Amino acid sequence: MNELAAIAIAIAGGLAGGLVGVGGGVLFVPALTIFLGLSQVEGESTSLLMIVIVALVGTIRQRAYGNVNLRDAAVIGVLSPLGVLIGVAVANEVSQRALELTFAALVLFVAYGLLRRAMTAPR
Amino acid sequence: MAPDPALPSSRTLKLALIGTLAGIFSGLFGVGGGTVIVPLLIFWFGYGERLATGTSLAAIVLIGLLGALAQGGLYGNVHLLTGLWLSIPAVVGVIAGTAIQQRISQRAVSLLFAALLIGIAIELIVR
Repeated sequence: MNELAAIAIAIAGGLAGGLVGVGGGVLFVPALTIFLGLSQVEGESTSLLMIVIVALVGTIRQRAYGNVNLRDAAVIGVLSPLGVLIGVAVANEVSQRALELTFAALVLFVAYGLLRRAMTAPR
Repeated sequence: MAPDPALPSSRTLKLALIGTLAGIFSGLFGVGGGTVIVPLLIFWFGYGERLATGTSLAAIVLIGLLGALAQGGLYGNVHLLTGLWLSIPAVVGVIAGTAIQQRISQRAVSLLFAALLIGIAIELIVR
């Protein structure tokens, strides 16, 4: 039963990856920890493996549809580890709660921008 | 407008900033880079939703690989067999998701992304 739930969530994570271009970790981690009994660290690490596989297959599909700019993706990807180091350093200096609320506000602002775009630019 | 030789480098700088921001947010919140990459490609580069999500996936492949290498200690925590078998339904999902995405409007992709962001915001607030 738990395996079935994990499979359903994994499908949903993959769907999210294909539909909106995220890795799906938001869903893979709970599937691994809640339903398959992995610890948080094990879940996050194993989720990373799944994200790479899912993103790779998703990229191959999107490339076939003509929706990938490989050069831009390479620049973004190569520079991200620098950001991770900065993020970890910042996390040690500032209250995690303040960061979460700031990020929540930022995310809502971006959501508002996307909603406005969807409403005003019929395509 | 005449081609400006400075443009490619400013474009590269913006891309570098997107990569750095994606890394910062995943380092801080464990939220994947896609949450940051997709909207910034749309708003800063005028990417359509499909190109933004496809390019985001390609960047995530690299980010995931580099992340796994950078945090080499995590390797011991990867449950290889579990991760591999659970990837099978996830891959089915991503193949279906990309196929569905080609058949819906880009506006619908924006709406889905906005819904995802609102969900993430709620999760961050009640966490």
